[in-house]
Amino acid sequence: MADIKVAAYICKGCGLGERLDADALVKIAQKDGKVPLAKSHDFLCNADGVAMIRNDIANEGVTHIMIGACSRRAKTEAFYFPENAVARANLREGVIWIRPDTDEARETTQEMAEDYIRMGCAEVKAMTAPEGNPATGSSKTLLVVGGGVTGMTTAIEASKTGYPVVLVEKSGALGGWAGKLYKRTPVHEPFKSPADTGVADLASQVLGDSNIKVYLNATVAKTDGAPGRFVVDIATESGATHTEDIGAIVQATGFTLYDMNKLPELGGGKSPNVVDQAGLEALATAAAAGDGVIRRSSDGQPVKSVVFVQCAGQRDPSGTHLSYCSGFCCNASIKQAMYFKDANPSVDTTIIYTDLRTPGNGEDFYRSAQEKGVIFTKGKVAQVVPSGNTSMVKFHDLILDDTDAAVADVDLVVLATGQVANSGIDIFAAPKTAEEEAAVEVKPISILNLTYRQGPDVPQLKQGFTDSHFICFPYETRRTGIYTAGPVRRPMDIAQAREDATGAALKAIQALENAELGRAAHPRSGDLSFPKVRLEGCTQCKRCTVECPFGAIDEDEKRFPVFNESRCRRCGTCMGACPVRVISFENYSVNSVGAQIKAVDIPDEFSEKPRILILACENDAYPALDMAAMNRNEYSAFVRVIPIRCLGSVNTIWVTDALNAGYDGVMMMGCKSGDEYQCHFVKGSELGRVRMSKIDDTLKTLNLESERVRDLEVAITDIERVPEMINKYAAELVAVGPSPFKGF
Amino acid sequence: MSANTALAEKYRNNFLKEIEEQVEMGDWVKMCMQCGVCSGSCPTNFQSAWEHPPQELFMMIRAGKREEVLTTTSMWNCTSCYNCIVRCPRKLPITHIMHGIAEYAHRLGMAPKMQPTRFFSGLFWKNCTHTGRVNELKLSMGLYFKDGFAQGIKNGMAMQAVALGLVKAKRLNVFELFGGHKCKDQKGIQAMLKKAYEIERSRKAAKMAG
Repeated sequence: MADIKVAAYICKGCGLGERLDADALVKIAQKDGKVPLAKSHDFLCNADGVAMIRNDIANEGVTHIMIGACSRRAKTEAFYFPENAVARANLREGVIWIRPDTDEARETTQEMAEDYIRMGCAEVKAMTAPEGNPATGSSKTLLVVGGGVTGMTTAIEASKTGYPVVLVEKSGALGGWAGKLYKRTPVHEPFKSPADTGVADLASQVLGDSNIKVYLNATVAKTDGAPGRFVVDIATESGATHTEDIGAIVQATGFTLYDMNKLPELGGGKSPNVVDQAGLEALATAAAAGDGVIRRSSDGQPVKSVVFVQCAGQRDPSGTHLSYCSGFCCNASIKQAMYFKDANPSVDTTIIYTDLRTPGNGEDFYRSAQEKGVIFTKGKVAQVVPSGNTSMVKFHDLILDDTDAAVADVDLVVLATGQVANSGIDIFAAPKTAEEEAAVEVKPISILNLTYRQGPDVPQLKQGFTDSHFICFPYETRRTGIYTAGPVRRPMDIAQAREDATGAALKAIQALENAELGRAAHPRSGDLSFPKVRLEGCTQCKRCTVECPFGAIDEDEKRFPVFNESRCRRCGTCMGACPVRVISFENYSVNSVGAQIKAVDIPDEFSEKPRILILACENDAYPALDMAAMNRNEYSAFVRVIPIRCLGSVNTIWVTDALNAGYDGVMMMGCKSGDEYQCHFVKGSELGRVRMSKIDDTLKTLNLESERVRDLEVAITDIERVPEMINKYAAELVAVGPSPFKGF
Repeated sequence: MSANTALAEKYRNNFLKEIEEQVEMGDWVKMCMQCGVCSGSCPTNFQSAWEHPPQELFMMIRAGKREEVLTTTSMWNCTSCYNCIVRCPRKLPITHIMHGIAEYAHRLGMAPKMQPTRFFSGLFWKNCTHTGRVNELKLSMGLYFKDGFAQGIKNGMAMQAVALGLVKAKRLNVFELFGGHKCKDQKGIQAMLKKAYEIERSRKAAKMAG
């Protein structure tokens, strides 16, 4: 380490000066923190305080700064020193705001502050200022996969923003599913009648835009690289392959209707007069081209009565069909019933539904259909029996509780079958046996053909929809720089898909701009650090390449990990996984946290002052603790909190070190994991928990009680709950007794 | 052919259309979205007086259950409290629709004969149009003896104390039983009503035929 000079600054503002002995803290920094330059200031974040620090950087050669003031989440603009390594000791939210202002509490409060100063000094010495990597790719071209409404909208929006676009469409024409519609659900006042789809207009905009290059009858044969430097091979019908340099990718591959042939009890596949919604759109389009009369397929007679069966093969609790609601089909059936009523009001149209859901302004549309005489019947269709040119629809009338209700002599039955995502190959599916493989009729085809170690497509979460952090980052997939938009992400209608497309276009632009600057995407937006690995220490165990939630790490031909840093989100899961601890970040490493753990002063077992280490996720648990402090929710003075990037980045060595050093307990606070995960790094908290589930072995080796380590799920909203959990755990540890490792 | 069979024939398989065209406010029935707020709001429904609450009646109309709808006592139980109208999210004039259906069932001769509301409505109308004034004694006596002589005596005895109180307070005149008071121009009133009946009859007949 070349010439580092550390300076510590203690703030006395916000009541810190009154509650704490600042002079003693300065001395601690000098003596225990071994900092050559330590100062206190009355109001560190004001212009004068910041100028003092800047002056020391310029004139005293200070390279590393330790600020003992408020939480690292506060005053980030004032304490912004990008050229320097900066550590923050949280004296305000972490100490004085969570402790009572009483004489009895004064001693333990001061001890808490002193420990945070020691920890801050130790941490900053283990850090360097992130330099960033200027050698990442700089392609500004956006690849859009799919030429439907979502894909076309993405392309148009990105082009309008000034970015070139390459659009790949599998079929011979733009338009996708919406291109096959006769009309669409209205999105403008007065929401009373079906409207023009607008697909032709979108397609002409795309084709007329010199900034958008369209490949029809083409697929993505190979996607290699990382954000900013993807190299994509596009295979065209003629057999020629075109290679494009791409900055970011939006996958808008849409959906396929659930196969109605899987619904023989509802007449699917049994009669030409039982169709799905796509079938009816085709009939309506054909009618519009002719005399405007929709005819049944069996004998070409005009349809006089039609029944729409909602939730066909959807919301199925048995697990045979789709378990979810596709959200668009109620409006679609209402629209299709109007095709009949608008042409001829004497056609009988019945929609049999269990719960009518009309998102957007669909309620007006629903009312308009009622005014036009469409009959809405609340019931569950049990069976559709086709015979000759008509069908009988048997259903359970849920209002009259009539199990034998039926509509007879129906000319046409329309099944609302719902959306199945076109998301390519499920890379996490259990490998199939040869027989199972043979039994699959239609093999899934990869969409992106990624050359990533973890598989050729973006990961899926449930029901084949692509995984995204649906609350905070809906367009993000688990492959940085690749975004999904439209029904491939979740079921949706045209209006929602267009909104999705616009959002994804903007996120993709952000990703390729960040990639060029070597900056991280969310949630550590702007972070310039990236994993550095000492390959000479690597044992090729592959844990990092397997566990990385974002598929950022490949393997080279010698089976060493290859870090593609612009794919990296900087969660540190690889660092937590690495058994030989060779992976680190410039400002976050096994050492930078380990040094903090070791810096804490551990009183002996007779002092009745236990020490509890809290490793708190910086995205949820740490802000929750800060907010608890803002509400002055008090908690034990014996805890020492260290923010971590993710539970996934926790290396078991930290826990072992802490217990060996004489801490009485360790609390780990991470986000909810599993299917309903809230982890910002998707799998980080889950992987961290799997790793920590093996900590019991370590405890046994140390001959320690299992209560010494506690894994907790904490959400950002747990402002009241977190202090309670801490206090409860502190009380439990008193019962367990002090750690036998104190004083060694 | 009776009016009932003629209409049933005319609207074969389309009871909803029949209701829309023949019943006052009947064109609102199709707008019900089956939320059930009306049924939940109905004060009479607490005693499960309704065989079919309004929401269900609307569904039965759409399902073409003509006979059941027109012969049920349900809509006759409506007390016109207007709670359902106030609460209906679709702004259906439910109270008026109930009365409309009841009146239509009555017109077709399908309404349950001895349903108290229906019986009392007829009694009241006859009573007040006869002399142009309501004869309260005859009206209440008529209602008491609705279900036979013995039941009438029983009902009368039960109300004895109230009746005596009213007599004492000079609110009830026993001689009203014999003739009773009338309005000044009894003939005029009756002529007026006769004309009104005529107009109504011809309008409704036209509607039923049209």
